[in-house]
Amino acid sequence: MALLTKKDASLITDPLADNNPITIQVLGICSALAITAELKASVVMAISVLFVLSVGNVVISLMRNIIPSKIRIIVQLIVVATLVIIVDQVLKAFAYELSKTLSVFVGLIITNCIIMGRFEAFALGNGPWRSFLDGIGNALGYGVILVIVGFFRELLGSGTLFGYPVLGNPIEKTGLYSIGYENNGFMIIPPAALIVVGIIIWVQRSRNPALVEDH
Amino acid sequence: MSDKRLTLKKRLHIIKHHFRGKKMAPAFNAFHTFLFTPDETTHNGSHVRAADDLKRTMNTVIMALVPVLVFSMFNAGYQHYSAINGFPQNFSLMDDFLTWDNFWIGIIKVLPLLVVSYGVGLLVEFIFAVIKGHEVEEGYLVTGMLVPLIVPIDTPLWMLAVAVVFGVVIGKEVFGGTGMNILNPALTIRAFLFFAYPTWMSGDKVWVYQAVERAGGPDAISGETILGYLAQNKGAEMSYSVSDMFFGFIPGSVGETPTFLILLGGLFLIFSKIASWRIMLSAVIGSLVMGLIFNGVVDQGWIGETSKFYGLMSFPFWQHLIVGGLAFGIVYMATDPVTGAQTNRGKWFYGFFIGFLSVMIRVFNPAYPEGVFLAILLMNVFAPTIDHYVVRGNIKRRMKRLKNATILPKDSEGKANELQAETV
Repeated sequence: MALLTKKDASLITDPLADNNPITIQVLGICSALAITAELKASVVMAISVLFVLSVGNVVISLMRNIIPSKIRIIVQLIVVATLVIIVDQVLKAFAYELSKTLSVFVGLIITNCIIMGRFEAFALGNGPWRSFLDGIGNALGYGVILVIVGFFRELLGSGTLFGYPVLGNPIEKTGLYSIGYENNGFMIIPPAALIVVGIIIWVQRSRNPALVEDH
Repeated sequence: MSDKRLTLKKRLHIIKHHFRGKKMAPAFNAFHTFLFTPDETTHNGSHVRAADDLKRTMNTVIMALVPVLVFSMFNAGYQHYSAINGFPQNFSLMDDFLTWDNFWIGIIKVLPLLVVSYGVGLLVEFIFAVIKGHEVEEGYLVTGMLVPLIVPIDTPLWMLAVAVVFGVVIGKEVFGGTGMNILNPALTIRAFLFFAYPTWMSGDKVWVYQAVERAGGPDAISGETILGYLAQNKGAEMSYSVSDMFFGFIPGSVGETPTFLILLGGLFLIFSKIASWRIMLSAVIGSLVMGLIFNGVVDQGWIGETSKFYGLMSFPFWQHLIVGGLAFGIVYMATDPVTGAQTNRGKWFYGFFIGFLSVMIRVFNPAYPEGVFLAILLMNVFAPTIDHYVVRGNIKRRMKRLKNATILPKDSEGKANELQAETV
């Protein structure tokens, strides 16, 4: 017996490509711009969102029949805020330097449109297991883009990956730098993330024209 | 007729038929139409014959740029040797400036910039034309000429190539190619270079050939620009006269210095009706107004000599036009018909703010010793908004006139409102 039914599996695979939260639904762009200058921060952000979204989806799904619809946004906020504070405290305790790099953006997961979007659109109307899968899928779709953007921005902007110099040392002029290569300062600043995300969207839609919106 | 007696023109027409419908057809057609007018005409409907098609327009701008390019090649050598040997005491145009030694530096430094700019830019255009299956657009002809003129002389060629790819793809092709772009592609390329490789785009070394290589050594030479001196309150150390600034015997980006030749180019563009005199004039007015405000602030004694802004603020207001890239930007960049304002009234606003903001950025932001490219890019973004309000204002005025007219039938007001809803 397969681990997941086909319908359940599509909950995870769809957001990875054809229903990606960032490139198709255009949600969660702000954090994709802000923290992707380093690959490490991108990965930690992706894991944090994975935790918050999957657990939050399950919690909301379990409570979906007892939440009065008039105050559901507040309830959702409380759930996501609780989870974000857990993530924040864990980071501060075990990865202090990194939590300083991510600074306010961990707290801002609360306002990440993907999370509230999935609570509203999916967890309020589906059971806990499917909501859990949906949370995993969307967080992975978000994380994939974050990691791709972080990869290019750190590689081209700083010449490193996860902080390790992969292109040589820019000060001692070793590796690629010995032939005149220089780091691209433009990739460090947030507008570069907008352009990298734009290029991903461009590539994705020209490979699959069905995704192009009608005007 | 035997094959040998065919003219080049006819042969190309024949080859063209072999290419028809093939993938490389756009690439061939681009070369073909660059040399000759196509042999095709529209088959029905009305014909409008006009000599000034897009290619002619582009070529006119290039003609206006050629004197600047030639001057910049001589100036490259002149600045290099003057930085080493000191500026000549009794300057003579023929003996000190128009020499083979000077021109040779231009050939080995400026020409490669030009070749890389055109080579990479046109390659990108060709690739996009072949992929999309449309004709190659002429837009890059001018951009390719502008790019080498607005970068420092020692810009590494690979950086220029990367920037050109970025500028053409992100600045132009993603919006749909020539005529659809929001930002001036040449300035997009410069902005990319500036933010990506700031050490190669600013400072006191990059403006003179070899100043970077010699830095720190015993034969180090300086390449500080006039704006650079002023930004450091070192205006007194400069040895440049006003005529040096006007005729362009000063360090700076490759082609931005010869204000005199730029002025001639600008007049040429105005009389050939290629560029808008409204934009040029209003930009000059804008920069003079901002310069006058700064001069006034200094005269009132609100800014002391110790202030870091003193050097640039006390700079005579009209001299802002003859140093840095302001004149070049106003004549060749701000007047880009695609990215500029389209309405006549809008052009006045658009130009005015380009001049106004250029001088403001120049004075107030020490990180950007030159603000022209930022000001023009900013106004490029605002140009459609300016046009929108100009058009709306025009509609409103006409509506008022319509309502005030007495001879209209009863329901004209309703119709007028309908019309307004449609047009807005």
